[in-house]
Amino acid sequence: MTHALDVVGVSKTFASGRTSKAVLDDVSFHVKEGEFVSLIGPSGSGKSTLFHLIGGLEKANAGEIRIGSRRIAPLERGLISYMPQHASLLPWLSVAGNIEMALEIAGIDRMEARQSARQWLARIGLERDADSYPHALSGGMQQRVSFLRALLSPQPLMCLDEPFGSLDALTRQHMQTWLLSLWEEDRRSVLFITHSIEEALLLSDRILVLSTAPAKVIREIMVPFPRPRGEQLWSDPVFNELKREIYSLLTPAESKGGHS
Amino acid sequence: MGNRRWFSLRKAGPPVVVLASLIVIWQAAVRLMGVEEYILPSPLDIAREFVSVAPRLFEHASATLGITLLGFAAGSAAGLLLAALLHLVPWVKAGFYPLLVLTQNVPVFVLINLFVIWFGFGMLPRLLLLMLVCFFPVAVAMLTGLTQADPKLVNYMKMIGATKGQLFWRLELPGSISYLFSGLKIAASYSVISAIYAESTADKGLGKFIQLASNGWQTSRVFVGIVTIIAISLLLFGLITAAERMMIRWRVRSEEEAGR
Ligand SMILES: Nc1ncnc2c1ncn2[C@@H]1O[C@H](COP(=O)(O)OP(=O)(O)O)[C@@H](O)[C@H]1O
Ligand SMILES: [Mg+2]
Repeated sequence: MTHALDVVGVSKTFASGRTSKAVLDDVSFHVKEGEFVSLIGPSGSGKSTLFHLIGGLEKANAGEIRIGSRRIAPLERGLISYMPQHASLLPWLSVAGNIEMALEIAGIDRMEARQSARQWLARIGLERDADSYPHALSGGMQQRVSFLRALLSPQPLMCLDEPFGSLDALTRQHMQTWLLSLWEEDRRSVLFITHSIEEALLLSDRILVLSTAPAKVIREIMVPFPRPRGEQLWSDPVFNELKREIYSLLTPAESKGGHS
Repeated sequence: MGNRRWFSLRKAGPPVVVLASLIVIWQAAVRLMGVEEYILPSPLDIAREFVSVAPRLFEHASATLGITLLGFAAGSAAGLLLAALLHLVPWVKAGFYPLLVLTQNVPVFVLINLFVIWFGFGMLPRLLLLMLVCFFPVAVAMLTGLTQADPKLVNYMKMIGATKGQLFWRLELPGSISYLFSGLKIAASYSVISAIYAESTADKGLGKFIQLASNGWQTSRVFVGIVTIIAISLLLFGLITAAERMMIRWRVRSEEEAGR
């Protein structure tokens, strides 16, 4: 079976002047087709940098990246559908216009882009905001638009960088179940960055835990819950056990004294 | 949404009142102190003169307006193209940006004399002078705008595979429209002044009109010329502001909302 993504022995060091900072150290993992994989790690550990390597924004110092089993050239772009950490909507384009633009850059024909933007905005209940400018939308709605933009892009692999990181807890929970329901319909391959343990457990098939920078994959956790999933998971004892396990992996060694 | 107004009474009120009072004081002072008309004409003298020279004035004013608009449009277009070129081709920027400043260091009166020597007394030397005066503020403002694109948005566009051209047309150019307009406003006021100045070499135009009136001690007529110049400047400025509001409605509206 071919993988949607292979990351093999990738290292990245940022050099600025005479100092250099190692951010990724020999990172290897893969995402199977139709699999939802989460990367969880402390902030500053190099998760976004990893995305920038996969997306061709930066060059890795070592290792190779294969997308759909083809090895990508350094700085080769446009092979993933991407949702950035901040909504990154162009302020002078309407909500529909932003979606259309992303689709056109991905090579979709203009008429088709327009149609699918309208159709999907209606489907997620945003048809009345299609012609609003982004600043008129709440943070949660902007993230929905940003997600829709990635969802409608034609590339098989979706890379989502902390999509709900800036939202309040309640909106965040709504967005998680919303994303879950959309994703469970057609099961794209997803690589998902988060720093929320519950979020990773709720959404993923597999969780990769990263260490602090320079980041390494320190643990791989299969998430056993059947789909479709819902909020009933919160009370599942296995859920809480896994949560504790990941939590202890993410807790720095020096603060681990008293409790075990 | 329908309450977009080019002109608001509340904003226009105070300057109109101040201006009207000044005119009244001026009229009273000239009358009471018995100042000679050739030293300082009263507003009524100026108005009377205006009516009597109206047909001839109109001819001169339209000559000035014509060359100003032509020079402004051609110069601004040149500035815009140059900024785009400097932005898109890095070695051109490195080579030419410092030289750009040189074009502004030669005094206007030297330039117009040189141009007349080279190109004769036709319209060409005046047009060239106006272009030279207008292209610089537009080019500099535009170049600043093009390099100030939000790095988050630039990263996003690159990650989804935007080409250099797409980055320019979809992000950098629309993002620098407000810079463009501040350049255009400066260029517009330069262009009127320079057109008047250059018309000392012409046989028609407000510059010539004022020069002749001034030589003949017809001070009222000089003031008529000045008032007309101010009117032309305001007209140009108003047109640019209206165009700006139309082009960046997304911004205007967000400011209105913030102000409420
Ligand atoms: N372009 C860059 N130049 C220099 N250092 C960078 C650059 N991008 C990221 N870094 C550094 O790499 C580290 C990891 O950043 P990032 O990948 O954004 O972390 P995360 O997304 O896991 O929070 C940070 O310490 C950051 O300062
Ligand atoms: Mg990050």
